[in-house]
Order: sequence, then structure tokens, then C-alpha cells
Amino acid sequence: MAGKPYRLGTGNGNLIDRSKPLGFTFDGKQMSGFAGDTLASAVMANGHKVFGRSFKYHRPRGVIGLGSEEMNALVGVGEGACHEPNLRATQVELHDGLVAVSQNRWPNLDFDVGIVNNALSRFFPSGFYYKTFKWPQRFWKDVYEPFIRRAAGLGKAPTGPDPARYEQIHVHCDVLVVGAGVAGLAAASAATASGLRVILADENPRFGGLADISGGTIDGKPQRDWVAARCGELAAAGNVHILARTTVAGHYHHNYVMLFERLGDHDPAAVVEDAPRHRLWKVRAGQVILASGAIERPIAFANNDRPGIMLASAVRGMVERYGVAPGLMGVVFACNDDAYQTALRLKAAGVGVARVVDIRANPEGPLAAEARAAGIDVTPASAIAAIIDTHGGKSIEAVKIAPYSPGRGRVVNESRIDCDFIAVSGGWNPAVHLWCHNGGKLKFDEGLQAFRPDRHTDQMRIAGAANGTFDLAGCLDEGYNAGEAAARDVKGKAGRKMKRAKAEQAAQGEGQSIWFSPATGKYNEGNKHFLDFQNDVTAADVELAQREGYESVEHTKRYTTLGMATDQGKTSNINGLGIISDASGKPIPAVGTTTFRPPYTPISFGSIAGTHARHLFLPVRRTAIHDWHAAHGGDFEPVGQWHRPYCYRSASEDRHDAVNREILIVREAVGLLDASTLGKIEIKGPDAAAFLDRIYTNTFSTLKVGRARYGLMMNELGFLMDDGVTVRLAEDHFLMHTTSGGADRVGAWLEEWLQTEWFDYKVFVTPVTEQWSQFAIAGPKARDVLEKLGCSFGFSKEEFPFMSMQEGTVGDYPVRAYRISFSGELSFELATPANFGLGLWEALLAAGEEFGMKAYGTEALHVLRAEKGFIVIGDETDGTVTPFDVGMGGLVSKKKKDFIGKRSLEQSFLKAPGRKQLVGLLTDDPKFVLPDGAHAVADLKPKPPMKTIGHVTSTYWSPTLKRSIAMAMIENGQALLGQTLSFPLESGVVRAKVVEPVFYDKAGERQNV
Amino acid sequence: MLVITCPVCGVEGEEGDFHYGGQAHIRRPATTDPEAITDAEQRDYLFMRLNPKGLHFERWRCDRGCGTWFHAARDTMSLEFKAYYGITELPSADLMKAATGPWAKFFKDKIAAPGAKPARRGKR
Repeated sequence: MAGKPYRLGTGNGNLIDRSKPLGFTFDGKQMSGFAGDTLASAVMANGHKVFGRSFKYHRPRGVIGLGSEEMNALVGVGEGACHEPNLRATQVELHDGLVAVSQNRWPNLDFDVGIVNNALSRFFPSGFYYKTFKWPQRFWKDVYEPFIRRAAGLGKAPTGPDPARYEQIHVHCDVLVVGAGVAGLAAASAATASGLRVILADENPRFGGLADISGGTIDGKPQRDWVAARCGELAAAGNVHILARTTVAGHYHHNYVMLFERLGDHDPAAVVEDAPRHRLWKVRAGQVILASGAIERPIAFANNDRPGIMLASAVRGMVERYGVAPGLMGVVFACNDDAYQTALRLKAAGVGVARVVDIRANPEGPLAAEARAAGIDVTPASAIAAIIDTHGGKSIEAVKIAPYSPGRGRVVNESRIDCDFIAVSGGWNPAVHLWCHNGGKLKFDEGLQAFRPDRHTDQMRIAGAANGTFDLAGCLDEGYNAGEAAARDVKGKAGRKMKRAKAEQAAQGEGQSIWFSPATGKYNEGNKHFLDFQNDVTAADVELAQREGYESVEHTKRYTTLGMATDQGKTSNINGLGIISDASGKPIPAVGTTTFRPPYTPISFGSIAGTHARHLFLPVRRTAIHDWHAAHGGDFEPVGQWHRPYCYRSASEDRHDAVNREILIVREAVGLLDASTLGKIEIKGPDAAAFLDRIYTNTFSTLKVGRARYGLMMNELGFLMDDGVTVRLAEDHFLMHTTSGGADRVGAWLEEWLQTEWFDYKVFVTPVTEQWSQFAIAGPKARDVLEKLGCSFGFSKEEFPFMSMQEGTVGDYPVRAYRISFSGELSFELATPANFGLGLWEALLAAGEEFGMKAYGTEALHVLRAEKGFIVIGDETDGTVTPFDVGMGGLVSKKKKDFIGKRSLEQSFLKAPGRKQLVGLLTDDPKFVLPDGAHAVADLKPKPPMKTIGHVTSTYWSPTLKRSIAMAMIENGQALLGQTLSFPLESGVVRAKVVEPVFYDKAGERQNV
Repeated sequence: MLVITCPVCGVEGEEGDFHYGGQAHIRRPATTDPEAITDAEQRDYLFMRLNPKGLHFERWRCDRGCGTWFHAARDTMSLEFKAYYGITELPSADLMKAATGPWAKFFKDKIAAPGAKPARRGKR
């Protein structure tokens, strides 16, 4: 039934503005509501109860709660790239033109084929996926996985890049008040009045918490008036930052708190131009006051998930705030006095109340008396035993109730009550999530049958319902006390003492807990007692977990997924503990709780990224030659944070063409490489040589001034971590080169050793990577270029031998020059101060033009070195490779008494046979280039499993040799020289011969000319 | 996200501005006796680390500040920093006395000379 009967008359709906109608669509259907409605209230006002289909069983579900505790009505809002899934309909504020859809149903909400899961539910108990999808194995990839992927999840992801802007902001404050209900407003008022810097945040658009649906007066007036007055005062104060629609999402060490603010979701039209969509506040608070309120809990009775079954506070909230009735005739199912407020409010609004069913034997409190006096029937000592539903479970037509006493028992003497909605209260749980994020302890309150905060190590206080204090006077008192105490802690002396407001409220009698309401008929099948609505976990599932041995609360949680949905068990955790307690015989405090973790409710990825998105995702490091590379076809690749040219492509070339061309230029003429990114570290002091002797595996104290030596660096485990050529500039002065990616890491490594271990060494370590531009001029014609440009130093073989250095000028530029070769050709590396870099680069290219000089990139560099068998840290090494494994045992000094990694290298297993060793590979088919990481097998079989004996570490097409080459780490590789290995690939088996890992100029003559 | 105060340059920064360096006061056998290092000594140096519930002693570097390494005494349960002290120093006698378990054993013979620097490492 649709339309008017569900929208109540004036006197109800104090948040909606009936003069401002709004149009929106839900599942394509045009509907209307009012300004102030939520999507939940507006859809329900149109007579629709079903909002989605549940996760596992695809049962129809409707709204159950009032705010962020909603776990059923999860909808998708917005279209295309702006679509946001899994929003709680109770928190979606209605705006004109809003487009929303239900989730997890196909083909549509009314008829969903997934409902077959419900009929087959006996095959889908908790943990069924641990016992299924196993056989046959060939179904894993093509049958099970696609099926599971389609079935998984609830909503749909947006279909394009997010166009919105997001921000993050860092703030310090004296006091952060979480929650702007009565207790929070009292605390914020006290802190503000003492002159502190205060931030007050609440997840709702309006402040006051549940003040508008709780009875009682403050200073003789309705609670709402007191709330409005405090809000006005705070807004006028200059020292308090008021944040509405802002969830306090997480509490971290030392009062670091994350706040998630939604600026524009409620009305895109109202967003100020260029404002961010969401803002993440990173707050460092001196004191935190938690006034986060409490959340009502449902009761586990048979089929308690049907549309129309709601929390009692949500029902009266719907009536009071939005003027919406969930149905025409309701039953209130209560375990406390609080739920009677709902019965009274319904009655006052003219909505039928068939009965209040109370589990307690003698409900005698003032609210119960008031209800009876208003003509509402109350049936004590009873509970709901069954639901009679219609339309395939989409709505209710009656309940069956029966006498109730705690403990399991057969249901007898049932009676039927016709109704189409039910308001349930199983009690209230203090919202202690933020208290627990960072190690806060809880204690179980027997009176409340709920957990309350106990101790916390951070400067955090708690007030009001979050502390288990539900009476109005208590909330006010605790709020003021917390604010004043926080002020005293911040100032070091007492702040302003606040005048206490006077609260009058009907006293409430004691409630009684009920963890399980026995059902009519066969247990479980057809009679599901839901605990966790979002993950479809029932009481039977929790009992199954206990029977199967998953007894601890942590195991039960993970086995059943109770409390693991996006609501983190806000309405299910305690009820689940009750069932575990009943099943195990242990009292709830002995069962314990699981941990709450941030975020309290989901926050957007956009807000987490903030401005670190797109081109601002990572810092970008560029050499002084970057713009030249870009202007000359430079095809960049990331090397750590650096952008380096992989190759230089002309319009007619692809990457392969360019790389091959560059390699041949270096081998046959001369090439120019920008090597500025390689790490450079100056090491200076009387103990510099001794220090280097401890850092490298080989000896540097014997290196003559003006000479260069390749060094290997191990970590203390004996594994290679970096390499590079180090030059001795003077007796007490060295220049170390590291890999590009290792520059910062090695610099920090050297500092750590000097400051924390060998602090008597007199050595300064100064990273200078960015201070110098450095270029390699490589190729047989290198000298021709230097001659053309003009050098202040000699560059013949005798004047400038291999592995030595010179200092002077090239052209007009001051340089340090090193004869180092990574390509295996005649090579001069020139270092000039970075400001001169581009000038020298262009001068070299101009001088080299007649000799065919061209720039070459990182890929050509890698192929050239592979042809020579030079290792690259990170390709041939992976953190488990020793110098002996790569054939460089000769570089491990036998004379030095101590160097990093020496002792570990002496372990027998690091020298044992069977270790992977560096070899070269030549494929039988010279045109085939092995894929990087391809595995070799000892014993080829038709299909896996096969024992692998190593893998390819570097693999390229070599234009120099006109065939493919590869380097690999193979077990006992040196003993396998000459043998052919098999590499089983998806496309077939490839065979390659094991050779020495040098393919070109084995004697090393070309670099030595 | 801890708040840490560098004892060298005085800056108060967030955890991310510093670099954690693991357990403090670990002896590197090879620095003083490279000839005679048992497997057990090397194993302890490389892998064995304390995990106390309570007072712990750690190394930190003021990474985004002055770049200096320092020591800190921190309670692993309350996450409170009890003291900061120099990288070549031992903690105060009071802190050494407050240590429990394996830490207490480690400090036992060092309390007698409070504030003493560890033995000179010596150059080679």
C-alpha cells in the first residue's frame, strides 16, 4: 500500500518542511518527500518497506534503525563515476533529484533469484566456504572463482574516476568532544566557558542526540529547547569549532583522532564552488571527552529480520522527526521501560498499537502505567515466538506470542496478534567503540547487561549514555563534570564552574536481558534468529561454531563473521555474546569481547588520499636534464621516485626499435647517458678509509689516491645489499657511488653505523647525489668527443687509465672525470655541479654529433651490462644472495679482521652446495626471449607439481649478438655449465643452455683501451 | 601515532618524523672480538629481541629534524615515553632499577655505576 497513510499529520515530523517537496527516484521509481527527510523516511512515507536483499540469503530487508547503526537498508546513491555504494539510507539526506538504488538483487528488488539461497540455507551455514569449493581442482579457476566473485559484495563500484576533490587538515586543540547529545553539549559548554580551544563533532546534521525522542524536561522546558540554547551559545563563542556531519572515525596513540567530515553529500547544489566533497581532520587533542551515546539492541526471535521490524527508538524517531509511520498497526516488543515511550508516541500520533509484549513478569514503572492509562494493552511475561509474513517475506501480517521465561523451552499457548510492524527493544549498549580503538578497557555491567568503559591510558574521559548513564540528570552531570575536569587538566587549575541545569524525567524501572526467544515449530530451518543482519549470521550459526570447537569469542567471530560487516557489530556483538554465554555456560564477562577498530563507520578512499592523488601521489625527482629528455622523445620510467628515460623514441620507433638502436650506437660509435640519479656520498675524515674497510667486503684503505674501485656491500646477514664504484679523492676523502634506489638508504646506513656503533671514528658522511649531474660517455669514439670539446687533462690510455680519476674542465665546465664502465665499452663518467649539467650535456652532444653520438636510456644501459654479465642489485640479488653466489667471492677480503657481514658469511649453510648460483642462459631458439622470473625445473613432467631449481633474473634481446640472452640464479649453477635446462611456461616448454654469465668481450678488453 | 620529543634538538614531532631503530643496547660481537664469535653470540645479535610488557629501551633517529640517533625508555603498554637519553649512554639508575625481566637482568651489573658510558668501542 502506498502514499498518505504512512505520512502522519502536523504535530509529527519536526525536522521536515512540508512546504518544500522534493523529487527523487528509488530503483527507477519516481517518488517524493520533503526537505529534512532522509532517504529512509521518504521511501517509507511512500509505503515501501523493502530496501534491499541480505548478503547471503537474499532475504528482503527494510529499515531497522535511526542513524549510523542501520545495517539493513544499504543503498547506492548517485550515478556513473559519482555512484557511492553501501550508504545507510537512514543517513542519506534527501535532496531534489537524488537517484538511489537498492543492492544485492537480480533482476530486481521484488523478485530476486538469489532468494534460492534462503531455500537452500541448510547448505550455507557458517563457515560453509571452508568445507566447499574444493573438488575438483580444475573448477577453481573457471567455475568457482567467477561464481564467488559475482556473488561477493553488496553494492556496485562507481564506473569512472572520481571527479570530486578531497582535503585533509591538521589541527591541535585542547579538548575534543565527541558527540553533541545532552552530555556532549554540557561538556563542550564547560570546556568552552573556561576559554579552552574546543572541537565539537557529531555525525548527525543536527545536534542533540536522542534528546528529541526522550521524555523529560530540562529547567522545565523540553530537552530540544535546552539543546537549541546551548548550540546557540557555542556558535557564538569564538573558541569552539563546531563540526556537524562529522564522524569521529578513529582514536589513535596519544590522542591522535581522525574525523571524517561530509561537506556536500547532503545537497550537491549547496556546495560552495571548489569546496572539497569530504574533509579528513587529523586532530591532536590534549583531552578527549567521549559522549557518543548508546545504541539500542534488537532481540533474537524467529525471522526477526522481516521488513517492518525496527528498533523501538527508530520507530519513535521516524514518527517524531519525519512524521512517518512504519505501518498501520504495530506491536511493541520490550524488555525495558524505555520502549513504552514508542507505544505512547505512536498512540499520540494516531497510529494503531495492537499490544506491548513485555518479557518481564511485572512491568510496573511510570511509563508502563502511562501506557495502560492511555488504553494500550500490555501483555507481560511473554515474547514473540513467530512471525506470519506475506508477499514472500516482504511484509508482516501478524505475530505469534507465547509465555516467556529465561532459558530454552517449548513454546506453548501461542496467541496471534495482527500487525504490520514491530518496534523492538532488547536494551541499550553504550557506544564504546572509540574508547576501545587504542586499548581502552571495558567492564561488564550486570544491571545494564552491557559493557561500559573501564580504564584508558590516554587522556580520555567518557560521559552520558556512552558511560552507561541513561537518566537525564546523570547525563547532564557527567557532561559538565567531564568538561570541567578536562579544563582543569589543561589549565593546571580549576576553570569555570558551570551552573547545573535541573532535569525532570520519568524514572525507569529495571530492564531484563533476553538473548534468545524460543520459536514455534522446528528450530533454525525456516526459523532464523538473526544476530548480525548485515552478514546474515543467526543464533544457530553461533551455536554451530561452539559445537565445532570454535569456542573463543575471537574464533566464533571469524568463523561465523558475526560483527565483521561494515557496522562492526553495533547491533549484534552483545546479542552474540549472550548466545555464546548460553551455549557455553560461561557468563558474558568470561566470554570476553573482540576488538573494535577504526573507522567507526566507513570513510571514503578519497578522504584518505586527500590531495595525494594523481600527479601529487608521490614526490617526483627529476635530474637537471629532465626537460631535455622530455623534448627529445624520452620515454620515462619510474626508478624509485626518479623519472628516468627508458629510451628515446622518434615518431616512427617503438620501444624495441629505440632500445636496439641505442645499444648499437654505444657498441659501435658513442652514446651519452644521464647517470645523475646514481647515489653519491662524500666520506671524509682521518678514519674514512678504516670506516670504508668495515662497510665494504673488499679493501679500500689500499686504494691509491686518484683511483677507483668497485665495492660490494653486505648487510650483517651476509647478503648483498648494494654495490658501486668508490673513488679516492685524497688520503682522507672518498666519493662513494651507490645504486640509484639505494642512495638514501645507504646514506642512512652509514650514519647509523657511525652514530650508534663506531662513534669514535672521525668521519663525516655527506650525501651529494643531487649536487652533481653525472654523464657517461660510452663507446669506441668516446675520446673523439672529449678531444672535440676540449679537456684540461689528458685522456689517452696512459694519461687516464681505466679505474682512475681526473679533475679539470671539459669545454668550459668544471668536472670530475672517472674512467668507469658499466657498458663494457671505453667510458668516461663526467660529474659537474648540477647547475652546469644541462650546459655540459648539450655541449657534449654538439661535439659528439659528427661521431654519431646519441643519448641512450636505462633499458639500453641494462642490456649493455647484461651482455657483459654485470649484476644489478635487485635483479640478480633479492636479499638472500651472497657474493659467492654471484661469483664474486674474490671480492670478499680474507685479510680484514672485521667488516659488515663477515661473521654471518662464515656460516656453513651460506657456502653449502645446492645454493643458487649466477649463470648465463642461451635459449635453443635464439629468437625467443625468456620471460623475467621464468623457473627452471630439474625433472620435466607433463604437469605440475615439478621441483623448480632456480629462475631467470635478467633477460633481453641482444642486438649486439643478434639473439636473446639471460642471466639466472640456478641451484649448483656452476656445476651445470653446458647442460640444457627446461623452463615450463604457459605457452609451452622452452629449453636453454647453461653458460658462463658473460656473453660479450669476456676478456674485458674494450673498456680497457 | 606517537608524539616523540628529540632530546638533541628539542623538536616535538609525530612518529612519522622519526625512524624507529629497534631494541637498544645490543652488543655487536665483531666490533670488539672479531676472532672469537660463537654462533650463539652472532645469533643473539642478529635475531634475538626482547618483547617486554612494560618498560622497554629503544633506539630512535630524529629523521626529519637533526638526524641524530638517541635512546628512549618507553612503556609498551601505556605507550608513554618515560625518558630520552643519549645514544652512547645508559639510562638513569632509577630506570635501570625499574626495568623488569630480561631487561632487569641486563642492567643488573650496570646499575652500580649509574650514567656510565658503555665500554669504549675502540678503532681498528
